[in-house]
Amino acid sequence: MVTPSVKFDIQRLNVWFGRVQAIKDLTLQVYNHEIFSIIGPANSGKTSFLYSLNRLNDLTPAFRYRGNIFMDGLDINYQYDVENLRKMVGIVFALPTPLPMSIFDNIAYGPRMHGIKNHSRLMEIAEKSLTEAYIWEEVKDRLRTSAMNLSGGQQQRLCIARILAVDPEVILFDEPTSGLDPISTAKVEEAITLLKAKYTIVLVTNNVSQAARVGDRTAFFLMGELVELDETKKIFTKPGQKRTEDYITGKFG
Amino acid sequence: MNVKNQEKIASTILFICTVLVVLPVVIILGVIVVKGIGAISWEFLTEMPKNGMSAGGILPAILGTLYLVLGAILFALPLGVMTAIYLVEYARENFLSRLIKLAIVNLAGVPSVVYGLFGLGIFVTFLQFGASIIAGSLTLGIMILPVIITATREALETVPQSFRVVSLSLGASKWQTIRHSVIPHALPGILTGTILGLGRAAGETAPILFTVAAFYLPKLPTSVFDQTMALPYHLYVISTQVPGVSEKIRYGTALVLLALVLILNLFAIIVRSRYRKRKKW
Repeated sequence: MVTPSVKFDIQRLNVWFGRVQAIKDLTLQVYNHEIFSIIGPANSGKTSFLYSLNRLNDLTPAFRYRGNIFMDGLDINYQYDVENLRKMVGIVFALPTPLPMSIFDNIAYGPRMHGIKNHSRLMEIAEKSLTEAYIWEEVKDRLRTSAMNLSGGQQQRLCIARILAVDPEVILFDEPTSGLDPISTAKVEEAITLLKAKYTIVLVTNNVSQAARVGDRTAFFLMGELVELDETKKIFTKPGQKRTEDYITGKFG
Repeated sequence: MNVKNQEKIASTILFICTVLVVLPVVIILGVIVVKGIGAISWEFLTEMPKNGMSAGGILPAILGTLYLVLGAILFALPLGVMTAIYLVEYARENFLSRLIKLAIVNLAGVPSVVYGLFGLGIFVTFLQFGASIIAGSLTLGIMILPVIITATREALETVPQSFRVVSLSLGASKWQTIRHSVIPHALPGILTGTILGLGRAAGETAPILFTVAAFYLPKLPTSVFDQTMALPYHLYVISTQVPGVSEKIRYGTALVLLALVLILNLFAIIVRSRYRKRKKW
């Protein structure tokens, strides 16, 4: 077996919000072009971990951390510009978060912030990223209408497209289907699976079967600690830990 | 007493109270309109006063008030909006920032005559602007600063946090985020607050009394260092200081001032209602 190349190397990461420790001594690697899914009950540190990867935790005043996160060998807290890091590591939130502007302007928002002003160039980007996010056919005739009028599932795929438009390397998903109906969920999951070829994906989910469906490897977090990390198949067929088994079979959480 | 009767009595009392509050306003408005409308004519609005202000128009007072309001907004709007942006978006929550916010809230409650004295001390005397449009405008501007800052802060705080997070997560800088994802959505609220502040500035007498207002001037001001007449002070002068000004002219002046303030407020209401209709989050 070929050793996969490492995208994120997390070394002894500890995260606190005020006095509450959200992540305890976490060490793990995320590989290039995999879907790395994270399962665990509420307050297990999943989202705190995700927000550490593109430094969104920095927005919380009480946030403190210790340890290192390396992306492509460079420390994200010291060796990247935070704007550039966030451009490279996009995030899709739990609830769809379209900005109150047209579909086109939502997609063009990121590229515009990074200095692209040419309209035909922006149009190209919009078509490309909407196609990749699996929503182009549904919105191509109404790019100028408000993104707020789309359905929840469409909004979520629009948010995916909005990230693709800034040409990231990694996409973080924070429970991306928690507010969606089963059909929309299936569409979003399909989009995620297709994105793996080009991007590295970290997927936090509160839906255990979603991790089983789309994840290459799955990590189980509990109370801020990594309990187990393995191939998704193995986690769901022969978990190494009793606590993992209890969680995925629904005994708690 | 049964519940139904209680209900009747309660709603009747509440209704009477409301009428008691609204009635004086309606009466004041009605009296001013009825007594003043006869004075309103093209000449009244566009000519200089004549015969010791007992005849002719009130043009210098109207223009003076417009100049003062314009000067106040040029000074207070950028300063107030930028202060509010700093307080909401940049300042950390600590003792100093809480103190500043408290001070601003309290400034809104300072009597306007105190602002007048302040303007006299700082602008007229210390900075040697003399009694002038610039001194009056700055004084009025300082008076409405708390209104603008408070309105802007509220407008910024009602912009959902998610807009900021989304923008930052796409790699926008903090200032880009504020500029493109926060201010556009706060703008109607900022405008409304500003216009209400202007309405107040237009109607105040005390702050301009020591800093700019002239009893009578035979010609229009030509520079910001000139004195000017202004509607609220002119009204005071012709009502109490000059004998023999007809009631019609006094009420006509009051009506013009009232109309000016009402138009500003109406404008604010229109902006706000259009904004509510468009808002979708």
